[in-house]
Amino acid sequence: MATATPTAPKVNHIGLPILDYRGGRSTLCAGCGHNAISERIIEAMYEMGVEPERVAKMSGIGCSSKSPAYFMGRSHSFNGVHGRMPATASGAAVANRTLTVLGVSGDGDTASIGMGQFVHLMRRNLPMIYIIEDNGVYGLTKGQFSATADLGSKLKNGVVNDLPAIDTCALAIQLGASFVARSFSGDKKQLLTMLKAAIAHKGTVMLDIISPCVTFNDHEGSTKSYKFTQENDEPVNEIGFVPSFQEIAVDYAPGQSQDIQLFDGSSLRLRKLHEAYDPTDRANAVRILMESRDKQEVLTGVFYINPAQPSFIDLLNVVDEPLALLPESVTRPPKSALDELMAELR
Amino acid sequence: MAIGDLALSQPQGAYDERRRVVNDFSINVATVNGSGSQSANSVLLKSIFEMGVPVSGKNLFPSNIAGQPTWFLIRASKDGYFARKRDSEILVALNPETVEADLQALPAGGVVICEEGWNESLSPEQMREDLIYYTVPFDKITASVCPEMKLRKLVKNMVYVGVAAQLLAIDMSKVEHSLHAQFAKKQKAFDLNFDAVKAGFAFAQENLTKQDPFFIERMNETAGKIIIDGNAACAMGAVFAGVTVVAWYPITPSTTTIDTLTELLTRLRKTPDGKATFAVVQAEDELAAIGMVLGAGWAGARSMTATSGPGMSLMAEFCGLGYYAELPGVIVDVQRTGPSTGLPTRTQQADLLSVAFLSHGDTKHPFLLPATMRECFELTQEAFDLAERLQTPVFVLSDTDLGMNHWISEPFDYPTKPLDRGKVLTAEDLERLGGFARYRDVDGDGIGWRTLPGTRHPKAAYFTRGSGHNDAAGYTEKPEEYQAIMDRLARKFETARGLVPAPVVVRDEGAKIGFIAYGSTDCALRESLDQIEKRYGQRVDYLRVRAFPFTPAVHEFVAAHERVYVVEQNRDAQMASLLKLDLPAGQVVKLRSILHYNGWPVDAESITEQFANAEFAAKESAPEEGH
Repeated sequence: MATATPTAPKVNHIGLPILDYRGGRSTLCAGCGHNAISERIIEAMYEMGVEPERVAKMSGIGCSSKSPAYFMGRSHSFNGVHGRMPATASGAAVANRTLTVLGVSGDGDTASIGMGQFVHLMRRNLPMIYIIEDNGVYGLTKGQFSATADLGSKLKNGVVNDLPAIDTCALAIQLGASFVARSFSGDKKQLLTMLKAAIAHKGTVMLDIISPCVTFNDHEGSTKSYKFTQENDEPVNEIGFVPSFQEIAVDYAPGQSQDIQLFDGSSLRLRKLHEAYDPTDRANAVRILMESRDKQEVLTGVFYINPAQPSFIDLLNVVDEPLALLPESVTRPPKSALDELMAELR
Repeated sequence: MAIGDLALSQPQGAYDERRRVVNDFSINVATVNGSGSQSANSVLLKSIFEMGVPVSGKNLFPSNIAGQPTWFLIRASKDGYFARKRDSEILVALNPETVEADLQALPAGGVVICEEGWNESLSPEQMREDLIYYTVPFDKITASVCPEMKLRKLVKNMVYVGVAAQLLAIDMSKVEHSLHAQFAKKQKAFDLNFDAVKAGFAFAQENLTKQDPFFIERMNETAGKIIIDGNAACAMGAVFAGVTVVAWYPITPSTTTIDTLTELLTRLRKTPDGKATFAVVQAEDELAAIGMVLGAGWAGARSMTATSGPGMSLMAEFCGLGYYAELPGVIVDVQRTGPSTGLPTRTQQADLLSVAFLSHGDTKHPFLLPATMRECFELTQEAFDLAERLQTPVFVLSDTDLGMNHWISEPFDYPTKPLDRGKVLTAEDLERLGGFARYRDVDGDGIGWRTLPGTRHPKAAYFTRGSGHNDAAGYTEKPEEYQAIMDRLARKFETARGLVPAPVVVRDEGAKIGFIAYGSTDCALRESLDQIEKRYGQRVDYLRVRAFPFTPAVHEFVAAHERVYVVEQNRDAQMASLLKLDLPAGQVVKLRSILHYNGWPVDAESITEQFANAEFAAKESAPEEGH
């Protein structure tokens, strides 16, 4: 290290090296899927040239929610209370619409204690990226089933899950999220592409990322293990992404691909792998998700996208400047306004 | 009082001119809710206000939309007493369900305005002979002015306004003016209602002989004043504090705070191109509401919510995070009668203890205690400054009585202080300083400097967490680092002691006996202290507490008195309990409690009686002992 080469480090299009996107050392277990996701977030933010200072990392409680400490140390971070990341993220996003809000949650944090807030976040289509690091178990409390654990999945101690899983993607599609996808922490290419597209989108991006728990849910009989996910991964589409700052120069076979223009001018190219799959058809997306679950497939890919759907910030019709930074001259009405109110009460 | 004497000597006779009772009585309008009586009640109240007479209105309504008993008390008080009067002298009996009990509650010589034939359901024994009855064919009069059947239920109430105006000698021009204000631009509604008022007035003029002594006479005590409710006053405070993010969940009795706030913001806080300089988010529950408030506060917005007891309970966990992670936010708690669902539309001051320590662990929060409409306005503004200065949730404890009843007030003053946005470092500051430690006590006041997300400087970011952290905001479980933060938070709370509003010394006569009260108890206590002086010749002092933590003036007041009565509207003496935790041991024994907790706003008589029992009854039964 002391004998560093004189060549300048590689930088992204805003002139930052990838080092500026790194965070603290992970304290999660070696091999934890969450660490791979942190790596992909770093790469996606770096490759997209997102200014780290413009990112707000939000999380709840659990192994997943600790992970924002392990990436993007130059971004503000808010590790709140269990299951309530949607609320703090909403507050921050409304207070400062110029922030890129990245939420990291887990399957326990989202699908059990946080379910109420999750569904309401989805229906608001708040501009943010909502990641579920989904391993089917509670890690920090040593391996109880979560509500995304599949029916029939087995714990290490042999206990079998006898309740149906909550499909967070189907739910998010139904509720109004405008970008819903599932990936696997072990699929570098798909996950990275998906994250870059997520950054380019305006509205709620709900990414359910299967992220195996090496300590409590990676054994034979688990349906959230590395092995099971690799063997049963069934992508609905192959994702290509061209950021707004690059020229589009790719050929493709017509009829097999769909190009979707994203908010920031980037382009998402989805090549159909699954028969009759159309990521703009909500009802169809939910049907395919339900069918694949019955077949024990781990369906991945971009399930639904609607770049035109108004976001919560649009609906609030707020000014372009962050509400948080408006000066007193704007936020405190003049004396004449108070005088008028008083006159009306006489 | 004089009324009783009068009634005993002259029931059902012509009244005695010499015994006129002017501008000093209370009218109880007993109806069922959902019958539209609120407009009529407001018009009558406003008419008395326009006569220049101090007046207050207390709406004792049920937790229901239609069909349950409701009482509206209109008190005219030449002396300016705005508390509920324990006994109303005049009953407008429009609810057959409650008439028997309502009659029993009248003092001798009381007046009953009632529907013709209404008394058929009552036995002769239930008909009190010491009352004055005016029977009015409300239904017939209503039918004559309102051909439309479905509107009659609403219009009927206006007939009583006309009858009362005639009997009490209220100028019809004042009634007309009040009615205009009530129906603003709805000419048709105004016409219909004014016809009903006039018909009631005409009926009384032609058919009723004045037998009671009660009159409204012109005074000049309300000129320039306003009528408002505390929820609207808090909402105005928030607007002029420059609130930008509001997140809430509807709950009685706080809901109209946000309803009014939303109206005001929509009216006053739009840019010329129609964009909002605020956001109001109706959350899915109170947990989400407070989460949004703290998320927004963290991001630098002036954020608030309004709620009531059950909502406070739900916000507990987040408020602990707010305390420990040091996040600003304003919470207006319009207290209602607990515990649990309790009496949702009735009043109490019973959230003090839960709010002071809301959440688990060593947590404590500053709260402010407005007692008047002006204070609802001013202390709500103050709460925003304190929240950002102290970087912590700050609570405003109002209650149903303040929040939802009609109060006369001096108009509000435009704020003179600029907003205090607290300790925030900009990118330029960071450039100059070369960095910062979020939770380091660089100024010795227990308050660190913060940065806002989005600040464009590589050293701006820090990690906010509810888990153990050191002064550089890094994760820690080290005993000394954890404890250092807890000790600094305690120092910060001491700083708060010097920043929160000081108490108001209402009476300072160097007396041996002191009173402490707060919030909506103030108006009843002021009246009670006059009674105590008049009836017992007892001089007492009175300190009104306006905030927790207590400022040194509160300690000094207790130290300067032999006995201190703490008057409050809860069962468990919650303010007295907080004082006991704060005062030196030797002072604690001085505290006595006077409590009122039945859900109705406290009245002066109840305080006076409890005080007299404690001070004099004990002395009568036991031989005098030197203190």
